[in-house]
Amino acid sequence: MSIGHALLALLEAGPRHGYDLKRAYDTHLGADRPLHYGQVYSTLSRLLRNGLVEAVGRESGDGPDRKRYAITDAGITDVEAWLAAPEKPEVYLQNVLYAKVVLALLSGRDAQRVLDAQRAEHLKHMRELTKRKSDGDLVDQLICDHALFHLEADLRWLELTTARIDQLAEQVRTTTEGET
Amino acid sequence: MSTHTTDSLDAEPLLQATELFKAFGLTEALDRASLSVTAGETVAVMGPSGSGKSTLLHCAAGIMKPDAGSVRYDGRELTTLSDGERSELRRTEFGFVFQFGQLVPELTCLENIALPLRLGGMRRKPAEAEAEHWLATFDVTDAAHKRPGDVSGGQTQRVAVARALVTTPRVIFADEPTGALDSLNGELVMRLLTQAARDSGAAIVLVTHEARVAAYADREVIVRDGRTKTGVLA
Ligand SMILES: Nc1ncnc2c1ncn2[C@@H]1O[C@H](COP(=O)(O)OP(=O)(O)O)[C@@H](O)[C@H]1O
Ligand SMILES: [Mg+2]
Repeated sequence: MSIGHALLALLEAGPRHGYDLKRAYDTHLGADRPLHYGQVYSTLSRLLRNGLVEAVGRESGDGPDRKRYAITDAGITDVEAWLAAPEKPEVYLQNVLYAKVVLALLSGRDAQRVLDAQRAEHLKHMRELTKRKSDGDLVDQLICDHALFHLEADLRWLELTTARIDQLAEQVRTTTEGET
Repeated sequence: MSTHTTDSLDAEPLLQATELFKAFGLTEALDRASLSVTAGETVAVMGPSGSGKSTLLHCAAGIMKPDAGSVRYDGRELTTLSDGERSELRRTEFGFVFQFGQLVPELTCLENIALPLRLGGMRRKPAEAEAEHWLATFDVTDAAHKRPGDVSGGQTQRVAVARALVTTPRVIFADEPTGALDSLNGELVMRLLTQAARDSGAAIVLVTHEARVAAYADREVIVRDGRTKTGVLA
């Protein structure tokens, strides 16, 4: 998640103090991970340096929390480009899991246990999300559903790999023989 | 999170199926499958298609007799009961929700929900009053006087859940209850089913191959090639 772009987009509604920005971010996006003030101010000073925001109506005293920040035209262009560009699909987890399965097979361990442990962990997290969704408002529901569908996709992969584990073991074995 | 992970070993199980075997000809549908359910808990039975989930549910619910193994429910051994005793037990203690086809097509939705009560000897008026209460709870009052074939899939399934709950069963057996529904209606049915079961203290045996549906359960049991393993790590 690009915090810089998020702050820029939040500034489009009008100039704000760093403190208000943090609050807005936490309210809308930070359910799991609220921002630290340090992150807010370091991000804002980077945006300032790059001309994407400017300080307006400086009030008495200094220190970063006295400034109000406004988005610049360059900032708006940047937000637009960010929103329009699709995200690279996340395939990281599968890579780690795939590596673990192969390494378990290579080292003569029970690869099915790797898959079983991961499935149990995924389901446990899915139960927590489902509970949170049932107690929450529409925003909670949408956030949780997004996570739930992703976890479900991982689980399908785990299931499919389970069904093919003997085949994979055989392939890993013949490849290893080819190495020596 | 509540206290610690519910440990099914702590409480005496209400329903316990132990080392079940069941073959259909050469197909070994169950090959040492076990399942235990404590009062009020929801257990998801998961696994790929053809792994034996439905067979396990049918045996645990006394619909089908396993070739070997034991099914104990509340102090009674189901496998040695007569057919009549087992169907009486199913009618009074259990509720059933299937993927589809469980409602009587000739009856209205209201009559379908009232039916289990009528079969238990309740008179029509009080049975239908009870059914109306469930229709309202599940927000399907406008289906009351329509037949199952004339309402949407989501409504049909809510009526089916109401019918399963109307006798306040202690165990609800649900076999792919959302299998024929889209995501949104599936969510709704799962919410209503789990909420109503929680309110009445009923346990649920929830057969599903969908992880998002299984996530409504307290824990899961995995079936693979007719064998079970529990999914919860310590
Ligand atoms: N009545 C039956 N007659 C013959 N084979 C059956 C019957 N019921 C189930 N089977 C077989 O037993 C296996 C397990 O089936 P089932 O319990 O329905 O699996 P699941 O519900 O997990 O899809 C499958 O191979 C299925 O074809
Ligand atoms: Mg089935």
